[in-house]
Amino acid sequence: MNWQGWAEIALTLALAVGLGWPLGIYMSRVWNGDRTWLDPVLKPVEKVFYGACGIHPNKNQGWLGYAAALLAFNAVGFALVYAVLRLQGVLPLNPQGFGPLSEHLAFNTAVSFVTNTNWQSYGGETTVSTLSQMLVLTVQNFLSAATGAAVAAALARGFIANRGEGIGNFWADVTRTTLWVLLPLSILVAVVFVALGVPQTLSASVMATTLEGGEQKISLFATASQLAIKQLGINGGGIFNVNSAHPFEGPNPAANFIACVSINVLGWAAFFAFGRSALARKDVRALVAAAAIILSAGAAAIYWTETQPAPALVAAGVDASVNMEGKEVRFGAPSSAVWAAVTTGASNGSVNSMHASYMPLGGAVQMFFMQLGEILPGGIGTGLASMVVMAILAVFVAGLMVGRTPEFMGKKIEAREVKLAMLVVLVLPLSMLGFSAIAAALPEALKGLLNPGPHGLSEILYAYTSATANNGSAFAGLTANAPWWDTTLGFAMLLGRFPGIVAVLAIAGALAAKPKLAPTAGTLPTDSGQFVGLLIGVILILGGLQFFPALALGPIVEHFQLPAALAAAR
Amino acid sequence: MLALVRPALASMGLFTVLLGLAYPLAITGVAQGAFPHQANGSVIRVGGKVVGSELIGQSFAQPQYLHSRPSAAGSNGYDASASSGSNLGPLNADLAKRIGEGAAAIRQEDDVTVVPADAVTTSGSGLDPHISPENAKMQVARIAAARRVSAAQVKAVVDRHVEDRTLGILGQPRVNVLETNLALDAAFPKGRPPAR
Repeated sequence: MNWQGWAEIALTLALAVGLGWPLGIYMSRVWNGDRTWLDPVLKPVEKVFYGACGIHPNKNQGWLGYAAALLAFNAVGFALVYAVLRLQGVLPLNPQGFGPLSEHLAFNTAVSFVTNTNWQSYGGETTVSTLSQMLVLTVQNFLSAATGAAVAAALARGFIANRGEGIGNFWADVTRTTLWVLLPLSILVAVVFVALGVPQTLSASVMATTLEGGEQKISLFATASQLAIKQLGINGGGIFNVNSAHPFEGPNPAANFIACVSINVLGWAAFFAFGRSALARKDVRALVAAAAIILSAGAAAIYWTETQPAPALVAAGVDASVNMEGKEVRFGAPSSAVWAAVTTGASNGSVNSMHASYMPLGGAVQMFFMQLGEILPGGIGTGLASMVVMAILAVFVAGLMVGRTPEFMGKKIEAREVKLAMLVVLVLPLSMLGFSAIAAALPEALKGLLNPGPHGLSEILYAYTSATANNGSAFAGLTANAPWWDTTLGFAMLLGRFPGIVAVLAIAGALAAKPKLAPTAGTLPTDSGQFVGLLIGVILILGGLQFFPALALGPIVEHFQLPAALAAAR
Repeated sequence: MLALVRPALASMGLFTVLLGLAYPLAITGVAQGAFPHQANGSVIRVGGKVVGSELIGQSFAQPQYLHSRPSAAGSNGYDASASSGSNLGPLNADLAKRIGEGAAAIRQEDDVTVVPADAVTTSGSGLDPHISPENAKMQVARIAAARRVSAAQVKAVVDRHVEDRTLGILGQPRVNVLETNLALDAAFPKGRPPAR
């Protein structure tokens, strides 16, 4: 560990939160329909779009109508992705000559990109044609992110409504977020990426004759346009098999830095946007503080684990100051560590190093971050929503202690909201641990493992954790392109996405119907340092209690094997 | 119900045209116009022939060249159409065996006691174009002997190719293997391998 490493980690985290603030104010203006500087260009486009689609943007939908529109939109998205992936062999723009994806892989991939997970059971450069990457995967990178943002916008309206009914218009929220926020930012970042070395071409490859006379086929894609939205949309699905570790997705430290900030900046922006739209800036500052504290601690922890001696290096008498297996030289420990923390904290799931080869506790932090439910800051909007759910549980716990009906941001939190909040939280262990338990007992599933022992269990646990959390990163030793894995991981992604979203929209609807209360002397202040502490406690205890036994059998037991392995090595 | 169907189908169709065709094709147009070198893979040409990419590592086994890191991409490594890491866990016996053998092989070739970690570990991509400056310096004596020049001359070329952290804090110091090897060939033409 050195000061440059700590400086890089601190700068990456601080810049994401710092840029998230002004971007969040802008995003809130977009959700609210306030005037923005892009209006002269985009207003006419928006109007034509609504007309062509039969959308009435001012129709205020109730939570059921909002949820129905969201589910219908995502169902159509799924069908389109599935169809194109199954038909890519006969569709144009397939210079690679790839055939169709199998039924189970196309199902898994379509679910994956629609749910903002971007789990990939395939290697991009060996499976997916240029047309499929652009026409369906890039599109879902935008739309799944906009869907998440819409959830936060709707939740904000639930908090400001006073005995109201509607929580906004889903179609308008998705359209405006896409046109005003995601697309302009993606254009900007994509061009910067190209300037820094990321390819952007419709050719499939270039052939090189190496200095020693070998043939090297170098795969190319329209990489930059998808890379930009893959990070900004907190999606994470790489064009290439190894994602942002590939030199074409992360050509140098500058591009890596921009990508790493892009991974979570709009997640933070959604927090600040919610604060402005819900007229609760101070409360949101507490939520941001809680998330940023946990995220920073995790990034520091991973930097520490990756600079501990790895037994295989020690045994060979090799310099063991950095665990370099699975890491790129241009990134080293700090760039890899902060990325690993940010990508798992933000429900992104792109990687710039191979998580499977991290030290045991480094992998444990990654899994734990996802098991917290993607709130650090999670996906755009969905992370904010899950964090509000945690805050609702925190004020509920505080209310129990003093025997008072809890309030949050001017709304009474009653049985219905708490039940729905618990549903959001409980679906995670049900899917993550339930599927893992079944897979660990199935010979069919175990065939996919690469590593023996506790690390093999970690591969399973990581996979269902990542899928359910809609993260998408992997302990990639697992060969997941098999009927069992593709199918069950697909269901885990669906379980982790839509029940939670519908429950949050139901909370928004319930809150909208309640009167807005002014705080009294008896109201627990939810913008104080004390509340930040309480919230962190609730987050860690909920996460810890649910998942500690499973982690104990995987990365934690592996960690306690380290001393013996090191002693044998020396 | 029907009130949902039309917006869902029509908006998905329009979004697909805008985000799936117009956006990537427009970026492709800008990229090809403004940054053709980067947009097409940052390839390096020598005498008109493509010898590789600045960004993509390749295998080197001959003694007069800097050697790249081990690679898990494709069956023989450095397959730039099948990127991959090893994904071996830190306590995996196969990893310890591979690293042990790699370190032993390096000690045969190069006069070194503490082998740099990057010289025996596979990268995340399997296509890492760089090695650490320590790894490069470890190979100077062997390259000088193979090219029948002094170690100081080789070291001067290697030193010129050491890139530092960006802005002093981002990333790690590194040496681009292919670019350095091209510079070595240019500086000491007699050291080039016989043409095949």
